[in-house]
Amino acid sequence: MGLLPDPIEEVLNAALVCELSVVNAESRPVTHPMIPLFDGEKIYMTSSALFSRKLDHIRANPKVAISISDLGAAHGDAMLRRVTVQGDARILEDDPHTTWERILPLWTAKEPIVQAFYEQRVALPLFWERALIELTPRRVLVWEGGDTSRAPEIVELEEASR
Amino acid sequence: MRVDAALLTEVRDRFEHAVLVFLDTEGYPMSVATAYSVDPDRGVIGLDRPAGKLPASGSEVNVIFSHIRPQPEMGYDERRYVQLWGRLTEAGDRLELAPDRAHTWDEQKVPFFQYSEKTVPQAHRYMEELSERQGRRVKPRLSFGWLALRTTRAPFLSATIIPVVLGIAVAAHHGTWDLGLALMTVLAASFIHLALNVANDVFDTLSGADAANTTPTKFSGGSRVAHYGLVSLKGLALLSALLYAAGIGIGLYLALVTDFWPLFWLGVAGVAISIIYTAPPFRLVHRGLGEISVGLGFGPIMVLGAYFVQTERFAWEAGFASIPVAILIALILYVNEIPDRRGDAAAGKRTLPVRWSREAVVTAYIAAVALTYAAIAGGAAFGIIPRPTILALATIPLAVKVARGLREHYDSPYTLMTFMGVNIQLHALTGGLLILGYLIAIWADRLMDSVPIFLR
Repeated sequence: MGLLPDPIEEVLNAALVCELSVVNAESRPVTHPMIPLFDGEKIYMTSSALFSRKLDHIRANPKVAISISDLGAAHGDAMLRRVTVQGDARILEDDPHTTWERILPLWTAKEPIVQAFYEQRVALPLFWERALIELTPRRVLVWEGGDTSRAPEIVELEEASR
Repeated sequence: MRVDAALLTEVRDRFEHAVLVFLDTEGYPMSVATAYSVDPDRGVIGLDRPAGKLPASGSEVNVIFSHIRPQPEMGYDERRYVQLWGRLTEAGDRLELAPDRAHTWDEQKVPFFQYSEKTVPQAHRYMEELSERQGRRVKPRLSFGWLALRTTRAPFLSATIIPVVLGIAVAAHHGTWDLGLALMTVLAASFIHLALNVANDVFDTLSGADAANTTPTKFSGGSRVAHYGLVSLKGLALLSALLYAAGIGIGLYLALVTDFWPLFWLGVAGVAISIIYTAPPFRLVHRGLGEISVGLGFGPIMVLGAYFVQTERFAWEAGFASIPVAILIALILYVNEIPDRRGDAAAGKRTLPVRWSREAVVTAYIAAVALTYAAIAGGAAFGIIPRPTILALATIPLAVKVARGLREHYDSPYTLMTFMGVNIQLHALTGGLLILGYLIAIWADRLMDSVPIFLR
């Protein structure tokens, strides 16, 4: 087993989309649909320079959350539980042309067409100047069967992530 | 301020669940999915109460509705989301949001490429701030090969190669043929073509036409390398000057080894048109003269120039043969200007699709291709050009396809892109078949003692 319980890893590996919520300068939440990518330890998302406002918010306040709410947004069978992960994010952007590329295999596994777009990056060059958002999970809330009218199971990870 | 009722109706009809987002007591965003209902007339969203600790009544919250459709082979499509902000209040056993702000994207309404073009300034700001943080200049980049291809738009060289080879073919049909001069002619004309592509990008960036155009396609909207920050304007201007120098240098050599002045003046006309096409104060393309300029430059000037290099004289036949390729190259520009027309209008670039109605633009296209085929059919029938050039009529179905595409997809830049591609093929194939017609006539002349009329 990795850092997270298996049922949660299953959801992270299957989900094609999550909602990334960040906190803006006015201390209000702002949410962006993103592809969650899980490497067994951390959750990654990648943002193009074209849509980089969320990165400003994370830089100013690293507290973020992702929710995996659409049970049908997966290849194959529908997911069995809804999950929200709260945690601290950091931005990896040493070289926006290449730093993010290490998650490309995880990305193409969920979105195969990305490989073709990547090979034709000349078509939309700024889209491929990207930052990596690395989320260290702190707390996970799980709603079995996706039923949020019932209290979630809460997994605290503060100790584990240290 | 209330959110538009039409948007709320869309929220009601096009999403399956809501995600309520608020800040928890530790300052982390907390997001939880829930069922929802919409009352567009009252401008409110009703939310089922999720279990757990919720924000106090009257708190500012964020609610997002997001949808994708999984597609195993590619990933997913039908991306759309609506994000609302407002105060959350108690409403019996449910919650109610009265949104006062919204942000939305639906790829079926605003295609991803267009959405991305609108946020180019955001990417520039990111790069500038990253440069400041890192204490070094961080720029977007492409590999040299891709950058060279994108900057010069070299794949469009067929527009040059077709008329030049046609001029050479007419000369060969008249009995004169020199491979070395032919290759140098292709090279000179290609350098001038690439130079003008780059020069046009300089002037389009300076005039704001590139920034104003948020619907570029792979066939239209220019290279955008300066707009994207991949190459500086200075770098583009230098590249254009070098390409012009190379083209003019070879052109002068060709003039020197032939009868100098006729080719010199023809070259001056070609280079001048290529520059004043977008350069102030003339800006021919801003005055609705772009299509005629391109037709002249990539039609008679190139065909007659290539013919003259081989034969050191001009011929009416070469001029006549240039008519179909001149019209079709002008039509490439004309069709490519259709998706650019809003950005062009904003930048004061009054091209024909900016000036004319949709109906007029499509009708003029049909009239122009009809004239093209009439010239080919009439020219071949009356023996002005060799009869085998009648083969070029085989491309009529492509012209019909483009005309239909224009009628049906005029306002849809990314659907229109397919027909823009067919329109480019139309020029290349028609020109290629005209050349083939000449080659058949040349071979018939050389191989047959008595050439039948249909091969002459």
